[in-house]
Amino acid sequence: MSFLLPCPNCGPRPVDEFSCTGEVTIRPKGSPTFRELTDYLYFRRNVAGIQREWWCHRLGCEAWFTAERDTRTNEVLSVEVPAER
Amino acid sequence: MRLPPQPGERLAREHAVAFTFHDTTVRGFEGDTIASALFGEGQRVFSRSFKYHRPRGLLCCQGTCPNCMLTVDGTPNVRACITPIAEGMRVEAQNVRGSLDHDLLAITDKIGGPFTPVGFYYRTMIRPRRAWPLYERFLRSVAGLGKVDKHRGRVQRYDVEHRRAEVLVIGAGSAGREAARRHAAEGREVVVVETDPGRLDAGEGFEVVNGTALGVFEGGLVPVDAGTLLLRYRAGHVVVAAGAVEQPLLFPGNDLVGVMLPEAIRRLVGRWSLRPGERAVVIAADEGALETVALLERAGTRVAEVVDLRERRVREIAAKGKSGRLAAVELNGRKVTCDVLVMSGGRQPAYALLAHAGAKVEYAHDRGIFVPVDLPEGIEAVGAAAGDVGDAAVPAATFNGASEKGKCFVCICEDVTDKDVKRAIAEGFDSIELAKRYTTVTMGPCQGKLCHVPSIRLYARENETDEATIGTTTARPPWQPVELGLLAGRPHEPAQRTSIHHRHKELGAKMMWTGTWRRPHSYGDPAAEAKNVHDALGVIDVSTLGKLLVTGPDAAEFLERLYPNRFGDMKPGRIRYGVLNSDAGRIMDDGTIARLSEEDFYVTTTSTGAGAVVEWFEWWNAIWRLDVEIVDVTGALAAVNVAGPNARELMTRLTDLDVSSEGFTYLDAKHAHVAGVPTLLLRIGFVGEVGYELHFPSPYGEHVWDTILERSTDLGAEPFGLEPQRILRLEKMHILIGQDTDSESNVLEASMPWIAKLDKDDFVGKWSLEHVLERGFREQLVGFETESGVVPLEGGQIVVDGRPGGRVTSARWSDHLGRAIGMAWVPPDLAEEDAELTIKVNGSVEKARVRLRPFFDPDGERLRS
Repeated sequence: MSFLLPCPNCGPRPVDEFSCTGEVTIRPKGSPTFRELTDYLYFRRNVAGIQREWWCHRLGCEAWFTAERDTRTNEVLSVEVPAER
Repeated sequence: MRLPPQPGERLAREHAVAFTFHDTTVRGFEGDTIASALFGEGQRVFSRSFKYHRPRGLLCCQGTCPNCMLTVDGTPNVRACITPIAEGMRVEAQNVRGSLDHDLLAITDKIGGPFTPVGFYYRTMIRPRRAWPLYERFLRSVAGLGKVDKHRGRVQRYDVEHRRAEVLVIGAGSAGREAARRHAAEGREVVVVETDPGRLDAGEGFEVVNGTALGVFEGGLVPVDAGTLLLRYRAGHVVVAAGAVEQPLLFPGNDLVGVMLPEAIRRLVGRWSLRPGERAVVIAADEGALETVALLERAGTRVAEVVDLRERRVREIAAKGKSGRLAAVELNGRKVTCDVLVMSGGRQPAYALLAHAGAKVEYAHDRGIFVPVDLPEGIEAVGAAAGDVGDAAVPAATFNGASEKGKCFVCICEDVTDKDVKRAIAEGFDSIELAKRYTTVTMGPCQGKLCHVPSIRLYARENETDEATIGTTTARPPWQPVELGLLAGRPHEPAQRTSIHHRHKELGAKMMWTGTWRRPHSYGDPAAEAKNVHDALGVIDVSTLGKLLVTGPDAAEFLERLYPNRFGDMKPGRIRYGVLNSDAGRIMDDGTIARLSEEDFYVTTTSTGAGAVVEWFEWWNAIWRLDVEIVDVTGALAAVNVAGPNARELMTRLTDLDVSSEGFTYLDAKHAHVAGVPTLLLRIGFVGEVGYELHFPSPYGEHVWDTILERSTDLGAEPFGLEPQRILRLEKMHILIGQDTDSESNVLEASMPWIAKLDKDDFVGKWSLEHVLERGFREQLVGFETESGVVPLEGGQIVVDGRPGGRVTSARWSDHLGRAIGMAWVPPDLAEEDAELTIKVNGSVEKARVRLRPFFDPDGERLRS
């Protein structure tokens, strides 16, 4: 893996400067059932295609952002910083 | 014997260079490679082959084939034909038992055929199993090429350099230069990478860098081998002008010493003014190979016969040798005496780098070559690499008479014959990818440059299909052989030192790594250092703790959500111990959280966890968007912990603050000047005695450290290291994250249920902890002391009914208690005071008793005093 990832602050940088926590998941609200909990914790869609995921520019500006990446080609289609409140 | 200077000769004849080959001194000129100098001295056999130990001589002379690999100054597998000679270098043959001329293992060539067919290692030397150690010893001694000398270690530094290029051209041949000029003329910044040191002249608007491109990776990353320097080029646009590779022909005896590819002749004569031999036969499929005829004649080699495969069909070619050296060639049964045979099966585009980049490879039937197609964006192919290799005859897969008239090698690196390939096909390995792995064709040092296409032709013919149907195997980096050291070359490995580091060194501390930090393990006597904390006063540098400021209107809410603890009710100036969990309920890190004011919190983390905790905090807040700022002040602040019965007396000497037990109680946090330095004082007790953790700006590290030691000589102050701290904390049963916990541990089973306020609405990990309560405990972290006083190994097994039932995570001898103490994960039914544990220690078993309360000062009276 050696693709370039466009950091919203720093522009395209080598992917080894970033850390990735994988696809964006939705944390259940209230009291989830055991199944809802394990789905949230352990199940991922793991698509061969476009996936939204969390990235952090660890060795750069340290910002977290989401990126839409094609998991087949590593092409990054868009990046987004979660909106300020 | 050198010829008079030839046109284009690369020798500086006025500069003689001498080196040793085994016991003899070899003389050459500047400009010679090891192979050319040795060839000039009459050396013809350069190596013994991988499996059959057949004599091998110069074949390609351009660093492609394995035939001239020698050991140079202890480095094995040096390609002698492209390595310049240097004064005094020591060159030795490898893969030889005996000498190059008389190799004892050459016996495998005579008798080995029936015993060592393709894939023999999957079938033979398996039974009887008892004999395996014998087999193994023999196999290990004969396997592989070259040996690393374990006793004569080589120290070689490798470095990595990151570079950028708008356009990177691989290959400075005519096509590469043309492309470089074109891009430069359009105003782009162009860098050309070239392997051959003789082709490095810069062109107009571009520089030429000497090195070998090893692959083309995504994002235009091209690692370039430049000796002991790895250049990591990031290119916006990559032009592959890697040329073509001349292919061998498959006939019996095609590996004999004296059988050469055309480029070998070009270099021997043209570059180094050497006569390749006395009498030559040229069998050519293309124009380039025919051009060697003139060169041979110029060098005084008689050309006995020229076969142009485009005009003349030859059914049968068989080279005949004497002691492994070419003596004659039979053409359709007619014998022609010769000592040089130039063979060429045409040139194949060097498409591998393009395939790395994602290009497809297609077979052009009419031309008999594989050409790259569908180039991805930003990748360009020019010249021979793109398929511009001229017209050539498509050679037969093998010539008649193969096998019967001697071994016909498809792969000279791994000694695979046509017979082996046919046998693999007969055994059902009909897919090229599977056959490759079974026969190991293309898996040797040449990485398929000389064997891939011939083997595809052979598979096609044997399977009665065509080359396009067989297809190619996946091309993978590296495209050229590379020293492992270059790939391992000094990565970015930060080392962190605290601002008090030099004081520790002056005190003779034994240093150790904790994550990226250097910390004192001890100052010589861990037990005495621990004892001094109990008896008088210990001082420890804890600057490595992660330190975060969490501030803002939502700071309390933010921490409430992240930690299972409660913070909302916390008064400013108070401290709480907190454990961070993942949503799966697993322990991630621990530390103290001090509330400095309504909206300001000071959070400490473990020494190795600071980075991960900051990332974790920032990530959750990217989701929650609470009004809170997180600032990592780990490096900005130093921290020193003073602990022991005399700690309070010391503090009265260093600060005006009321440090009485009423004025500054356990778990208080206060700001004050200590030794004149603005300091945050935390009254906490990791080591079990009255203690103050002082956090202050890093630049004052040595000043504060020195002042503490100077002002407390009468108090018995001594520094203590990490090891005594580990003994002390174990006496208190304070857990160490990562030592007593692993990635599966949770706070409930780790016997800290008071941490988790499950009545809170929500916090990270809450639901999973609720589930742990629901499902019941599977194991529990407890303390123990052994009856015999033996200290079990950390990681040792707890045996329950003769089976592994738990494990020891920490164990130490405590001088203060006079007991061997530890912590262990045990089945829940054993997590009771005084329960008996059986611990395996070095094969024997020890009895131990479970302890649920701290070994030392269980009620914390001393700590709080």
